[in-house]
Order: sequence, then structure tokens, then C-alpha cells
Amino acid sequence: MKKKGLYQLKDTEKNIKEYTLSVLTEDKAGLLNHITIIFNRRKMNIDSLNVSTTEVKGVSRFTIVVNSSKEKIIKVVNHINKLIDVLAAFLYEEDEIYYQEIALYKLSTKMFLKGDLVEKIIIRKYGAKILKIEEDHIIIQKTGTKVGTQKLYDELKKFGEILEFARSGRVALSKKKRKTINFIKKLEKTKSNKLNI
Amino acid sequence: MKNIQGSEALIKCLVEEGVDTIFGYPGGAIMPIYDSLYSYMDNLNHILSRHEQGAIHAAQGYSRASGKVGVCFATSGPGATNLITGLADAQIDSTPLVCITGQVPSQLLGTDAFQESDVIGISMPVTKWNYQITNSEEIQSVIAKAFYIAKSGRPGPVLIDITKDAQFSEVKFNYKKCEKIRSYHPYPIIDNKKINEAVKLINYSKKPLILVGQGVLLSNAEEDLLKFSEKTGIPVASTLLGLSAISSDHKNYVGYLGMHGNYGPNIKTNEADLIIAIGMRFDDRVTGDTTKYAINAKIIHIEIDPSEINKIIKTDIAINADAKEALIHLTSLVDEMNFNEWISEFRICDDIEYEKVIKKEIKGGNSKLSMAEVIHKLSELTEGKSIIVTDVGQHQMVASRYYKFKKPNSNITSGGLGTMGFALPASMGAKIGNENREVIAIIGDGGIQMTIQELATISQYKIGVKILILNNNFLGMVRQWQELFFDNRYSFTEMVNPDFNKISEGYGIKNKKLEKKENLNNVLEEFINFDGPYLLNVIVEKEGNVFPMVPSGESVSNIRLE
Repeated sequence: MKKKGLYQLKDTEKNIKEYTLSVLTEDKAGLLNHITIIFNRRKMNIDSLNVSTTEVKGVSRFTIVVNSSKEKIIKVVNHINKLIDVLAAFLYEEDEIYYQEIALYKLSTKMFLKGDLVEKIIIRKYGAKILKIEEDHIIIQKTGTKVGTQKLYDELKKFGEILEFARSGRVALSKKKRKTINFIKKLEKTKSNKLNI
Repeated sequence: MKNIQGSEALIKCLVEEGVDTIFGYPGGAIMPIYDSLYSYMDNLNHILSRHEQGAIHAAQGYSRASGKVGVCFATSGPGATNLITGLADAQIDSTPLVCITGQVPSQLLGTDAFQESDVIGISMPVTKWNYQITNSEEIQSVIAKAFYIAKSGRPGPVLIDITKDAQFSEVKFNYKKCEKIRSYHPYPIIDNKKINEAVKLINYSKKPLILVGQGVLLSNAEEDLLKFSEKTGIPVASTLLGLSAISSDHKNYVGYLGMHGNYGPNIKTNEADLIIAIGMRFDDRVTGDTTKYAINAKIIHIEIDPSEINKIIKTDIAINADAKEALIHLTSLVDEMNFNEWISEFRICDDIEYEKVIKKEIKGGNSKLSMAEVIHKLSELTEGKSIIVTDVGQHQMVASRYYKFKKPNSNITSGGLGTMGFALPASMGAKIGNENREVIAIIGDGGIQMTIQELATISQYKIGVKILILNNNFLGMVRQWQELFFDNRYSFTEMVNPDFNKISEGYGIKNKKLEKKENLNNVLEEFINFDGPYLLNVIVEKEGNVFPMVPSGESVSNIRLE
């Protein structure tokens, strides 16, 4: 006897993994809401979200990071693909993409000037850079993974209070050799707009 | 060409799309559209419902009886929010609708203006597509897109919200139908490799079973289903919404699936070695416990909506295609076979079900009528040729079990959402959508009171629907569950009802009360033969139960006959 039921598969610590969704869409108002309610309906939390225009005019890219079981996230992707203004939704695991996040750290200038913080930690060890120096505060910028930006945060905290900290959503590109414009041109050419009987 | 007002452009778009009937209810924010409609009364028939929910259910009934896109109008705010139940119902039951709502002027959006509600936000999860028009220039292209999206692929409801200023401002009329949207691919290209794999499985199967859903009706594939089933000899079972896709007296038809379906197709699901599911979505009311469903079978799933594939049941061969197209391909390639022995096993199950359930049900109680005997008689008298519109509950399950459908597109019910109050308005739409056929609404005493105001619409437009109330003064299905699973604790299910005959009289609708068994035949004949709307209030046994039953969450093998 084999088990066929798919919806009973509950998320457990074991089968949960980090997934990155890359969704190409028409540049339309309201689409963000359309996409997020698909997660909401299943009580899924979005870990990071980034929306921006792409190199193709009129096409936007949503990059969404979530922790989920594979079964559940596949159904979410299918549902997103069903939205009328979505061109295509792709699902990636960590090793299938290049990705980065950016973090900004605001420190007091006084704290910053303690010891050789700049030289050793910020520049050499973490590859971060100084974005702005003001009389009472400075801004440091680092790009990297969430783990990397968090490490720098923890390190800086040892020297005193961090005034403010912000981290962006993930941006990602797949490792596949695909050109967005060609992909869209191919979509435009498919004959799936009417029944061919 | 001279410019016309946006509201008139909208009306002209509907005429261009071949719309003949609109169900609606006017109000402040949609007044310019209603004003334009006034000049097009020769081209467009408008039915004024008594509640927007009535209008949208009527549009659903219209669509399902005619195969065309249902259209409804409502104003902003409460008018629009009253459509939500109908949108959700149409979404889950794949009914093509275009709903137009008025909206406050665009400069007032987001100001909590009078009768402003964020209908785009609210309707997002229950529409196939929605869009707000704030500029009259957009009207034609958006309406064209709305009709294309509503009816293509897996159909569904579309909502278009139009601000009042867009309705007033002028525009040139030059309508072009929508034929393509680059981000929307409603008809997947059929994969011949999958077809060939499926053919192999079919040709080698010993105990195959076809499960048909509404997808067969929606793609007009009834003939193709017959050809496929007749060439292969494979038995056919139907879901609730698939009923009437194949005639109930066809030699290969083996019955109705699901919680209150027939004994044979439920129990044989776990004996079959191949399930060919066509245009159905393995609803939990069909599968019961999915870990104990189709345990010996490979699964071929023919489905136009890719998100339905592998959603509930793991599929061995998925054919992502329109049902008609897939059936044509399969039929041309499969072997001629016969499964007479396998089908005869279903007939043994039919006999068991007849002996244990049907025989006594259609005979009824000693003094009181049973729901089953009323429907059984109705089916006989109409020869199974009527359009049956049902609400939700015991009467719905009894109608699905005992009405023997002979013609396609004859079963209109709220399946996925289970909307009480659906049947009365849906039946008026069905009658308008298919005037040549007899339309009979079968409704419980609970459900009819949810949209009873539509009796006024039926009366005003003399819509010749027959309304059959199966009245047991209970919310019968909930009561049945309370009896079986909640230790007879009848928590808020008994109803003290109004006099439905007096109400009917107040609305000017011919009516009768039927209580005595000996009058069943004569009264039903009068009811059917009457020309015009007729309400028949049938008093049935108070605590009847619907059997067979697959208890919620249990395997289809555990179907109970008593």
C-alpha cells in the first residue's frame, strides 16, 4: 500500500529548508498584495522580500525568501504562477543562485574612533565600507549574506551600542544561462492562448 | 467618430461581447452606467435582483445553464461587498463571471468617502483577476481582457471596479476583443509523451475507473467522454459537479462519488488498479482520508489547471490539458477493450445499496414523506430532463443521489464553497440562461431563508422557475452530524419557520403545501405542468438521515450504509 495523500505532510523541523523564489511579473499595481496573500492564506511567514524593475522595460522581479517544506512551497509557486500578471515564478535552493543582501549600520562617531576598529574589523575582516562620516554618527555599509552581515553586527556590538541597523531583502540571480528578454520573447510566442482542436 | 461617455463605452463593450442579460442592483457610484444602460434596453436585458448576492448567484446560474459568461452590476461599498460570497463560490466552482462595480471618484479613493470600500483588496483572493479603472481610456481594453480571462482556460470570476469619474469622462469607441495576454497561458500545449504513457497504462489496466468532474462539462467534452468510455469499456463515476456529464442510464455509468455518493464507486476506488481523473480536483468530500485513497491504483490526472496537479493526490501521469483535447488524443490511441466483468462488480454494489438504503428511502416513512421519495418521483415525472438547481445540505445530497440526470449541464449547485442561499437566485439565472428547459430549484427550509427576497425578482419578471422546498424545520445536515457524531446534542439546528405559502402569496407566486403521501404524484404533476413560477412547500420527515455516508476524514472504504 502506498500513500498518496499530499496535504497531510506536515512541516517539521526536519523537512524545512530555506527557499528563494524569483518571480518575473508585469509591472502592475496591486501585484504585491496578490502574491503575499498566497503566503498569508497558508500562514507562512516571508523572511525577506525585494521588488524591483528589471533590465526589461515593464517587467518587475520579486525575490522572496521563505522557510518551508518542499511540498508546501511547490504549491505556493504553482499558485503564484496562476496569477494573471505573473510571467513566471522560479523556485531555487541555496546552491542554485547567486545572492546578496545589503546592511547599513549607524554608530556613534565616538564609539567608532575607539581603538583600531575601522582598519581591522570593518575594512579587512568584513569587507565593509564607510558610507558617511558625520560629527556625531557614521554609517557603515556591508553587502553579503544574512550570516555575514549579522556577524559584523555582533562584532560591532562588542564596542558599544549600535544606534540603528537595517538590512535589505535578498536579491538573487540564478546560475542558469538565461537571458530575461529571450525568456519573455519565448513566452510571447507560445500558442497557449487558445484551444487548438 | 464622436466621443462617448465612459459609461456608454462600457455598455457597448458588453454588447460587443455578445452579452444579452445583466443581473444587478443600482446605487450612487454606478449611476452613470445605469443611465447609459437605459438607452440600450433593446440590446440588453437587465434583471433587478433584491440583493447583490442574489444578482451574482443569478449570474452564476445563468452561466452554468447557458455556457456563457455571467454578468452582474453592483454599486460601490456595500453593493460590492455583497458580491463577495458569489465571487468565492464562482472561483472555487470555476464559473466564468464579469462583475462590474461602481467606485467613488478617483480623487476620493482612500478618503473613507461615502460608500467607499477597497473592493479590489477585498476581492483579490476570490477572483481570477480584478482591476480598478480610473480612466475612461482603459475601459475597452480592460473589459476585453476581463471576458477573455473569465472564460478561457479554467474559467473564473473577474471583478472590474470603475470610478465614477471614469464613467463620466469621454472616450472614442473602438472595441477590439482580447485574444492573447503574454503572462497568461490558459490552454497548455498537450504533451504527447504523457499521452502515450497514459495510453500504455490504460491498455494494460485490469480494473480502471474514470472519475469525471465539471471540467468535462466546462470543455463541452461530454461526447468525447462517451467515445472514450465506449471504446475502452471503462466504467465512469462522477463527482458532484460532474453529474449530468454522462447520462445516468448509460451502461458504463457506475454512480456518484463522495461523502454521500453511491456505494460502488466509493468502495471500488480502493480496488481499482487505474484511476483516470478528468477535470476534477480530488476534493476532500470525494477522497476522504487521502492516505487510504486509491491505494491499489496508478493515477492519470487530466487537468487544465497545473496548480491542481499533485495538490491533493500524487499523480503518476499528469496530462495538463483541456479535457476535450486530451480525450480526443487518448481515444484515438487506446485499444478497444471491455470491462464487463469489472462493471458487473459495481452492479452488485448497486444491488446492496438498493436493498439497504434506496428501497426504503424511496418508499418513505409510514406517514411522512422522505426527501428521497419526493426527488425519486420528481425524477420519474420529468424523465430526468430538467435542470436541477440545489442549495446546500441534505436536500442537495438527496437530489444528487436520486435525480437521474439524462442531459448535460443539468446540475447546478454550490459545490466547493457550499453556499446556503445559492439555489433560489441561481435558478432564476438558469431559467433566463436556458428558457427552453424546465428549471427546478430544490431548497431546504434553512437555505431558502438566506435569499428569500429573490422571490420578488422571480415575481416581477415572471421567471418560470419551480421552487421545491424540502421542509423539515431543521438545518438537516448539521442535525444529522449532531446525531451521528455529537451525541444527539441538537445545538441550534431546529427552526421555527414562517409560513412559506403565505410568503409566496405575498410575492404573488402560485404555491401549494404538500404533506400527505397520497398526494405526491398529483401535486408534483401540477407543479411541473404549471406555466410560470410555482413554490411547493413539501413537509418531509423531521429527522431523516442521508446514507450512505463516508464519515469525515475516514477512508472511502469505510462508507456506511446505515
